[in-house]
Amino acid sequence: MLTISRELVDQIIAHATADHPDEACGVIAGRNGVPERFVPMENAERSPTFYRFDSMEQFRVWRDMDDNDEEPVVIYHSHTATEAYPSRTDVSYASEPGAHYVLYSTALTQFRSFRIVDGVIEEEDVKILEPGV
Amino acid sequence: MAIEVRIPTILRTYTDGAKAVDASGATIEELIGDLEARHPGIKARLVENDKLRRFVNVYLNDEDVRFLGGLGTPVSDGDTVTVLPAVAGG
Repeated sequence: MLTISRELVDQIIAHATADHPDEACGVIAGRNGVPERFVPMENAERSPTFYRFDSMEQFRVWRDMDDNDEEPVVIYHSHTATEAYPSRTDVSYASEPGAHYVLYSTALTQFRSFRIVDGVIEEEDVKILEPGV
Repeated sequence: MAIEVRIPTILRTYTDGAKAVDASGATIEELIGDLEARHPGIKARLVENDKLRRFVNVYLNDEDVRFLGGLGTPVSDGDTVTVLPAVAGG
């Protein structure tokens, strides 16, 4: 299960909405599996059907996480015409077995989370922590 | 001649879980050859048809080797090489 604050969910949705119809992507860094620090990334492909982190930006962000003892708890991207379910390309390039892969569909306003390990997709529940609760 | 190579989570199965390993060589290509000798199987995850795999990023210190000389990029003692799988999808 992914447990995530309402604020972070809203940030993902705002980023995806702003970049629509291109796919938006980014990371939420954290420790011990808790997503905390929102890091929107540039989609180097600027495409409605593909995303890829810019390699230099990824290097800096991954080094900062290393320095902070953080991990990429969430890797998110948007789908802008289809449902929020990992595509074949998403599965073939999934390279962070410890991450929650969050997909947001701007077309269907769907927010879903998955584990993708060794080519196998497993959907998980999302628990959103509301402010003040 | 030791060069530190930082290994991403997904490739640590080849390095017995180590986050960083030492390797030697005069170029990225030689370095990967030496890595392969020490950690068999890892080369095929980095190189395909004598080129870096498209969705693998290799950095020499702070630069992506694609913007330097690719596999032919010279490396020297004390350098740090970082491997990161590109985060990508559709």
